[in-house]
Amino acid sequence: MFFNNLQKLLRQNIREYGMYIALFVIMVIFTITTNGLFISSRNISNLMNQTGYIAVLAVGMTLVIVIRHIDLSVGFLAGFLGAVAAIALLFWHLPVTLVIPLVLGLGVIAGLANGFLVAQMKIPSFVASLAGWLIYRGAILLATMGTGSIIISNVVFNAIGNGFIPDIPDIGILPGVHKLTLIIGLITIILFIINAISDRKKKQVYKFEVLSMDMFILQLVFVSALIGYITWVLAGYQGLSWTLVVVLVVVVIYNFITTQTTLGRHIYAVGGNPEAAELSGINVKKVIYLVFGSMGMLAGLSGILFASRLQSATTTAGSLFELDAIAAAYVGGTSAAGGVGKVVGSLIGALVMMSLTSGMNLMGIDISLQYIVRGAVLTAAVIFDVATRNRGK
Amino acid sequence: MSSPLLEMKNITKEFPGVKALDRVSFQVTEGEIHCLVGENGAGKSTLMKVLSGVYPYGEYSGEILFGGEEQKFKSISDSEKAGIGIIYQELALVPEMSVYENLFLGHEIKNGLTIDWNKTIQRATEMLKKVRLDVNPVIKVKDLGAGKQQLVEIAKALSRNVKLLILDEPTSALNEDDIDNLFKLLRDLKNQGVTCILISHKLREVLEIADKVTILRDGQTICTLDAKKGEISENVLIKHMVGREINNIYPKRDHKVIGEVIFEAKNWNAYDPTLGRKILKDINFQVRKGEIVGFAGLMGSGRTELALSIFGNPDGYKINGEIYFKGKEVHFKLPENAIDTGVAYVTEDRKGNGLILIQDIKHNITLANLLAISKRGVINNNAEVKVANEYKNSLNIKTPSVEQKVENLSGGNQQKVSLGKWLFVKPNLLILDEPTRGIDVGAKYEIYTLITKLVHEGMAIMMMSSELSEILGMSDRIYIVSSGKITGELPIKEATQEKIIKLAAG
Repeated sequence: MFFNNLQKLLRQNIREYGMYIALFVIMVIFTITTNGLFISSRNISNLMNQTGYIAVLAVGMTLVIVIRHIDLSVGFLAGFLGAVAAIALLFWHLPVTLVIPLVLGLGVIAGLANGFLVAQMKIPSFVASLAGWLIYRGAILLATMGTGSIIISNVVFNAIGNGFIPDIPDIGILPGVHKLTLIIGLITIILFIINAISDRKKKQVYKFEVLSMDMFILQLVFVSALIGYITWVLAGYQGLSWTLVVVLVVVVIYNFITTQTTLGRHIYAVGGNPEAAELSGINVKKVIYLVFGSMGMLAGLSGILFASRLQSATTTAGSLFELDAIAAAYVGGTSAAGGVGKVVGSLIGALVMMSLTSGMNLMGIDISLQYIVRGAVLTAAVIFDVATRNRGK
Repeated sequence: MSSPLLEMKNITKEFPGVKALDRVSFQVTEGEIHCLVGENGAGKSTLMKVLSGVYPYGEYSGEILFGGEEQKFKSISDSEKAGIGIIYQELALVPEMSVYENLFLGHEIKNGLTIDWNKTIQRATEMLKKVRLDVNPVIKVKDLGAGKQQLVEIAKALSRNVKLLILDEPTSALNEDDIDNLFKLLRDLKNQGVTCILISHKLREVLEIADKVTILRDGQTICTLDAKKGEISENVLIKHMVGREINNIYPKRDHKVIGEVIFEAKNWNAYDPTLGRKILKDINFQVRKGEIVGFAGLMGSGRTELALSIFGNPDGYKINGEIYFKGKEVHFKLPENAIDTGVAYVTEDRKGNGLILIQDIKHNITLANLLAISKRGVINNNAEVKVANEYKNSLNIKTPSVEQKVENLSGGNQQKVSLGKWLFVKPNLLILDEPTRGIDVGAKYEIYTLITKLVHEGMAIMMMSSELSEILGMSDRIYIVSSGKITGELPIKEATQEKIIKLAAG
């Protein structure tokens, strides 16, 4: 009975669970091949921090792809804005609290410029953003021309990419474990369970189909165990990193906007059928501006995370970020045809891609093979997506 | 007496919920111009799609004999090989390519591995002479007018040695001279032995050129008439096309509860910059509270353009004229302005620009009025489900749950979702564009009943339709639209099918 239910659940939701399963399988494989090194606290912590600057781009890119566009300019835009941040800190002596909003604001402006070309001038986004790609690439070189790489010495700024949240004072129990991280993890689990139960009750009131009780409990246990395990692993090193905090905040906000607000509905409507959206009274141009503006802002954030992590602005920063972000969105189940895609999915997609890099690095596999494997995984993910989609019809 | 070139026997073709063709038989003799006529939705285009292999063998039942042999076309290229050429309303030319490239597209003249361009141009010149088109084959198709493009299409078909040429509404985009020219050419081709099937709405043209006429109605063959025997006249054609009495699928209405004017258009003109021509000319009309105003007209007459131009003009026509809502002049810059004022528009193409097929029913129903189920931009999911269920029940949408994706519903249920979406806007004026296209009789009846209930409650309704019986069965008053103009206005008591067809096909 239990296994029948489980089988049915997996079969019906294979699309949704597919990438979680893929992530899980990849992690298990690397854990075995690296004798547990992959799953060590230090490596997982590192992995999360490396994923950060791609993950925030992937979140923005998801929405861009959902409304049937693309933005190739964001990689070098992130690199350029990272350089701007470094210059503002070092040469203009602006405080970090001013630099961050400045860079995010510049990102929004750059994004809106793309939005203007796409919505107003009706230029295909591929071309418009390819022009941006060239321009920002030149802009980075220009910004770093006099100095080469700009070393950032600001401690607060560098903590964004390298620091960890502080711990509560040691009270004697669990020495060497980051207790605030554990507490946050525990609260998250409790909130998740409360939320899931109330959601289930509401659905039952409307007589919607809900998971059978055993499957519901299994789901709760599984997700709780996952969150618990990850926080435990992270707590075993230095706790939650600031990067991870930033990424989670971005994902939570974007997930809320896309699933719970009228704006989110408008975005998916424009992606699902632009003509119908327009005839339904949705301002399609406004949606395009908003989505590209948000993409630009997240490019600024990505630039900050990357520059902070390297503690410097380099001449090649941001190179190929845009393609990593696009790949993460596709692996995460975003449809190239538009109208379909989840922010959380893209986060998982980014984790899958970064796990591959990290795991293969630990195994000492040559970079040439790494690219080939990542390409194969991307292809497999999209084939899986298309195949399960067609079966649904 | 020559032998039949084409015989279609007992052709039946069904779409989900609709029988488009019901045991249709159709016979064309070699060397004649045979016109196929009927109202919209009578099955003309479907029949030609069966013949040309667009609906491959196996998707229909019945038998096709061409040149005396049974044919089982699996695709258009099969029927092309057999010698059947079809020219659609929307031309299938590549505008950015030259005339000669278009003529031999897919059948390039090769010299080993490469294309022999010199020979191609030489052959193209010959083909153009055959259709009496005096243009340089090197110029691009997009630089030719509609009439000349049509001739290029015909030349393209002739270059493939067609025995049977099918033209689907060839004159809808042409002016008088082009039409004369085309008909001369068709007579020429007839003398050279090319048989021709012509689908047309325009009765005058049919009378001018047809050797024989076959009339379809509601997916059935009504009769075939022969010009030589003097069987064809305008009255006979109209009688057979209309045929049926208006039956009782229209709910009974008293035409009395009509109130003040809700909507009025004065000297309304629209110019379409992409087509480069005027699409609406000096339109004047008004709609009253509690009134169903029918807008009758053939396909392409400008009804949909009229609806779009007053509903916030999403296609960006250049507009000249005034519209009044409840006596006050209004300017709708975007559809959202029209919706906010109290106008709703149910499109004719629910799949193309009406619904978001990949989303579920509840998302579609609330899309045009998210404000009503949200607070400060955050959607109340429970309220949304409640609203969706209300419309599911009141419109009798047949679905297990409102979380069903719209693409999985039948046409009738999709149309109900589309209606529900616009009723949730709570409009004063509801514009219905082909409200029952492609849906079965049962769902039609439900929709008519709903429309009747809505006008009783005081809504004003504009109903655009190319289905005459629907116009006559539902309207209080009828405007007839033809070539972007209103060519007549009839109160329901004076309206007859014959009068409307005359005004619409004029």
